[in-house]
Amino acid sequence: MAQAHAHEASKYYIPHGSPWPIYAAVTLFTVMLGAVSTLNEWLPAYSLIPGFVMLVFLFIFWFRTVIGESQAGIYNAGVDRSFRLGMMWFIFSEVMFFAAFFGALFYARTLVVPWLAGDGTKYLTKLLLWKDYQGGWPTNGPASISPRANGSFETIPALGLPAVNTAILLTSGVTITIAHHALLTGHRTRLAIFLAATFLLGFTFVGLQATEYHEAYTELGLQLGTGIYGSTFFMLTGFHGLHVTIGAIMLVVIWFRVLNGHFTPKSHFAFEGVAWYWHFVDVVWLGLFIFVYWL
Amino acid sequence: MAYASTAHDAHDDHHDQPVKGFKRWLYATNHKDIGTMYLVFAMIMFFVGGFMAMLIRAELFKPGLQLMQPEFFNQMTTNHALVMIFGAVMPAFVGLANWMIPLQVGAPDMALPRMNNLSFWILPFAFTLLLGTFFVPGGMPAGGWTMYPPLILQTGAAFPMLIFAVHLMGASSIMGAINVIVTILNMRTPAMTLLKMPLFAWTWLITAYLLIAVMPVLAGAVTMLLTDHFFGTSFFNAAGGGDPLMFEHIFWFFGHPEVYIMILPAFGIISEILPTFSRKPLFGATSMIYAVASIAFLSFIVWGHHMFADGMPMAAQLFFMMSTMLIAVPTGVKVFNWTATMWRGSLSFEPPMLFAIGFLFMFSIGGFSGLMLAIVPADFQYQNSYFVVAHFHYVLVPGAIFGIMAAVYYWLPKWTGVMYSMTLAKWHFWLSTVFVNVLFFPQHFLGLAGMPRRIPDYAVQFADWNMVSSIGGFGFGLSQLLFAYLVIRCMRGEGKKATAAVWDGAMQHGLEWTLPSPPPYHSFTTPPDLPHQVHL
Amino acid sequence: MPRDCGRWWVDRILPKGFKIEMSMISKWFSRLALAQTALAAASAVAGTPSSLSPNTSNGYNLPLGVTELSQDIYHIHMEVFWICVAIAVVVFGAMIYSLVKFRKSQGAIPDTAMVHSTKVEIIWTIIPALILVVMAVPAAELILKMEDSRNSEVTIRVTAYQWKWQYQYTGAGEGVGYFSTLARESNFARRLGSGIDPNSVANYLLDVDHPLVIPSGKKVRLLLTSQDVIHAWWIPDFGAKRDAFPGFISELWILVHPGSEGIYRGQCAALCGRDHGFMPIVVDVRTPDGFDKWLAEQKAALKPAQTAQVLN
Ligand code: HEA
Ligand code: HEA
Ligand code: CUA
Ligand SMILES: [Cu+2]
Repeated sequence: MAQAHAHEASKYYIPHGSPWPIYAAVTLFTVMLGAVSTLNEWLPAYSLIPGFVMLVFLFIFWFRTVIGESQAGIYNAGVDRSFRLGMMWFIFSEVMFFAAFFGALFYARTLVVPWLAGDGTKYLTKLLLWKDYQGGWPTNGPASISPRANGSFETIPALGLPAVNTAILLTSGVTITIAHHALLTGHRTRLAIFLAATFLLGFTFVGLQATEYHEAYTELGLQLGTGIYGSTFFMLTGFHGLHVTIGAIMLVVIWFRVLNGHFTPKSHFAFEGVAWYWHFVDVVWLGLFIFVYWL
Repeated sequence: MAYASTAHDAHDDHHDQPVKGFKRWLYATNHKDIGTMYLVFAMIMFFVGGFMAMLIRAELFKPGLQLMQPEFFNQMTTNHALVMIFGAVMPAFVGLANWMIPLQVGAPDMALPRMNNLSFWILPFAFTLLLGTFFVPGGMPAGGWTMYPPLILQTGAAFPMLIFAVHLMGASSIMGAINVIVTILNMRTPAMTLLKMPLFAWTWLITAYLLIAVMPVLAGAVTMLLTDHFFGTSFFNAAGGGDPLMFEHIFWFFGHPEVYIMILPAFGIISEILPTFSRKPLFGATSMIYAVASIAFLSFIVWGHHMFADGMPMAAQLFFMMSTMLIAVPTGVKVFNWTATMWRGSLSFEPPMLFAIGFLFMFSIGGFSGLMLAIVPADFQYQNSYFVVAHFHYVLVPGAIFGIMAAVYYWLPKWTGVMYSMTLAKWHFWLSTVFVNVLFFPQHFLGLAGMPRRIPDYAVQFADWNMVSSIGGFGFGLSQLLFAYLVIRCMRGEGKKATAAVWDGAMQHGLEWTLPSPPPYHSFTTPPDLPHQVHL
Repeated sequence: MPRDCGRWWVDRILPKGFKIEMSMISKWFSRLALAQTALAAASAVAGTPSSLSPNTSNGYNLPLGVTELSQDIYHIHMEVFWICVAIAVVVFGAMIYSLVKFRKSQGAIPDTAMVHSTKVEIIWTIIPALILVVMAVPAAELILKMEDSRNSEVTIRVTAYQWKWQYQYTGAGEGVGYFSTLARESNFARRLGSGIDPNSVANYLLDVDHPLVIPSGKKVRLLLTSQDVIHAWWIPDFGAKRDAFPGFISELWILVHPGSEGIYRGQCAALCGRDHGFMPIVVDVRTPDGFDKWLAEQKAALKPAQTAQVLN
């Protein structure tokens, strides 16, 4: 048995025929059909349910296959490297996705808003179209788009919840590093504890973010539709929150794997992939904290 | 070194045969099967997009509306472009990458075979969504492939379908690109250092980096459109502090690298073909790699040249003009090195070579008009005129499409094991070349004379050249039936048996030619040595 | 004005004494300029001169136009064009030479040792870069000139709609304003299945009910904006094109040469929906006196017109 594994492990594993990719494509299509039907008001929002149910099963099926193969020792070092490289460049593409929204934030804040307020060569824009607009940041634009009757809104001070959340995410970055270290040195209990701490911190973060959103929507007059500030604020923090949630779920998955004795100091790509992802989410948050909340 | 040898699922470990039936395609993990699906898909989309182009040219055949309402015409231009770009050219290149990169770098397969399957199978669904808009109230999207707001926000029920279709295409491209990167970096046979890697693989590696850098940006841009339309955000709405011009910036930050995504793999193909039929190594191979890398780098800092007439600060105009013009330098290095490759060679003119030579001349013409477009003051006159249409079709049709056709003629015997009819393929080349110029050259005149693009009807002084252009268009379209015929014949295995080396080019350079034609289902289960003369 | 880059460079860059050594080059460039003029003349003969032509241009090239900017643009366009032709002649020449000379069927033996040469590669990196500088400098200077909209004498607000233009005069003409839409005849003829031959319609698709009226010899500034989507205001003969964005003002200026009074035509140059192809722009350029007279008439007619609007 051990010998068979050693023999297998010298080879690069090429799976033969898998039903999951095509099932995944159909799933994505179903999700999008649901979304299209909902947005076009052809069907009620329930039309999203089939897609999401299929999505859950997709992850269960596909990951089960991969975890099974991994546990069977089919993956050699080369396969592991492929996974790592793949994960790395996937994260890079995610960075670029956030870059688009950060770009929109910077562009709107440093160029568009001053233009609308008559800066530089655009003084006529203010003079002829938006006479009373003063610009500045935060802003909900010359038409003061806001749910409040007087068009005002308030922002969330950086030193309140956001600072707490920063502390939480930074701590979670530390806990996952400790967990990784424990994995490398074979301290399984410590590994399990610190991994659990990491995702608990992650879920706490999401929970706090949710209360913050609630407050913004009900008390501050700050909504997705609150001009450009609301747009950039909610899109950036919203996509980030989504990524934290996904990351935390992945942490839960690998936590169960740890409890089941998976991963060795030598072979634990899934653990590392999730850890990288978690650090990426962390770094994006720092950007958010600085550019969205603080400055 | 990633692999010493390969293992497969236990149940079919030892047979080197594809499974039978639909499962072979739906469950495919084999790079050749997936490559074939990509190429067939691209071919179908080329005909779909071409059909739309034929409707466009038919409507423009003479002044006055003949066939369709203006709104439908706009739907045709928009979807013609989306189908050609995301459905034909990009999938064709990914298909070629799938087939050739493992063969060229001596790998058993693509590094992540299941993801490879997913990135293909997303595409038919993406295009079902896009083309399905034909049947919804309000019809297909009609705001141009550039999707500028606020116009695109006026799209009817097709709007979310367009956005999600773009998301799906983006996801597919990103996964395809990751697979290419990982395959090249991790699965190369150990003997092949990066600088010994064939240029097709090289250009694809760089293209893949462009893809993962810009497709997510496009996804972000269309997501902003979606939320502006449905959720009240103000990204592109001045009243809320946004700006439609901001969309243009984000879009073209994607869009310009995108046009190089559509040409760099073709550069790689030409760099493979010219040496073979000149019987001489590629001239200055290393500087060719650096040139491609510089083009890729520059492509990130030139996007503003699509927006000169849209009112940019002057400093930005100057910057984007200079950076755009700079691209002519590395592109020039490529053109000169290709010429030097033929210089003192021993040339023969089989179909792949003919298409490569056609590419050299006509891509350069498109490049020259690109350079003219980069001159800001002059671009005020050219922008949004048929001069631009002429420019980009020269780089896309006798550029990208000819590159793809050259590749197909070059490797088809390798893939199928049979040779097509040389005579018919040469006819295909000459008809295409003549008609493509009849089709697109007069569009330069139209643009300079003041004909705007994206109009279904025009003033009578544009009548003559439009008629010429339409005739060229029909001729070019019909000529492509020959191509389809030749490819289908080979796919059915009809034709003379091809040898392993296929081309008698004195020096075969590349691992793909060491395998029989067609190559075994699993090509390199152990890493091969490089043949003595492996040269870029 | 960068008429031709040979003279442009000689005038600006080279020390006086250098001119003699450089005479070869400048001669070459002035020959280029000659060819340019010949081509311009040929096109003028081929088509009707644009200032008289009812059409946007003269067949297959940019119009020389009737403003300093349009003429500068024309010249820079021709310069870059001829430089590209020259490069094409050299590069395509080399390609064709090798296609003819080094054929296997003629028994050519490949020189497989010819793999690379750092020297030539450096040369063909530097030479194109230099050529680009030659093009870029006059272009940059022209950009500076175009962006200078100071000291305008007439300011007109232009507002784009799907699918018409609105012109509003300011200053002396305050209060004068009207919409400009596709002329009736064209609008009938353009319908699908109208049965009307476009050739029988005067200025098919290039005619409007109320053209914009501007004076020649005066710097006219247009302040563009839009009420709905992006449009673009374009008159080729003025070398003037600028996008109109909703919520923003963009500027454009025009100074038509005195003596070039007449009718000039163009079209919306940004896809703006269904009838993008059917929102032409017509400008009626009058002498300053004629313009003032026209404006005074419009102002006089203002009161009754407003009443009429109310009655409507
Ligand atoms: C494959 C696709 C492709 C490629 C390769 C290119 C290549 C180039 N393009 Fe093009 N372009 C498009 C596809 C492409 N383009 C598309 C699709 C659009 C329109 C989008 C839309 O609006 O819908 C567009 C539009 C476009 C514009 C905007 C026009 C407008 O809307 O007003 C500009 C402006 O600068 C431009 C410039 C260039 C330049 C400078 C190059 C250069 O890379 C060309 C370099 C090549 C050469 C110059 C020739 C070979 C060189 C030599 C022989 C060396 C010596 C030469 C000199 C020193 C001059 N392109
Ligand atoms: C890779 C990209 C690509 C390719 C390959 C093509 C190929 C062609 N394109 Fe296209 N085109 C674009 C990308 C491309 N185009 C883009 C980006 C735009 C801008 C859109 C916008 O403004 O938003 C555009 C716009 C565009 C316009 C301008 C529309 C407008 O502004 O109003 C025109 C007009 O002539 C045109 C024509 C053609 C033609 C005739 C072909 C031909 O080469 C097609 C030939 C192929 C076939 C015809 C199919 C095969 C044959 C058959 C199906 C057999 C049947 C044949 C007959 C019935 C004759 N294209
Ligand atoms: Cu208005 Cu196009
Ligand atoms: Cu570009």
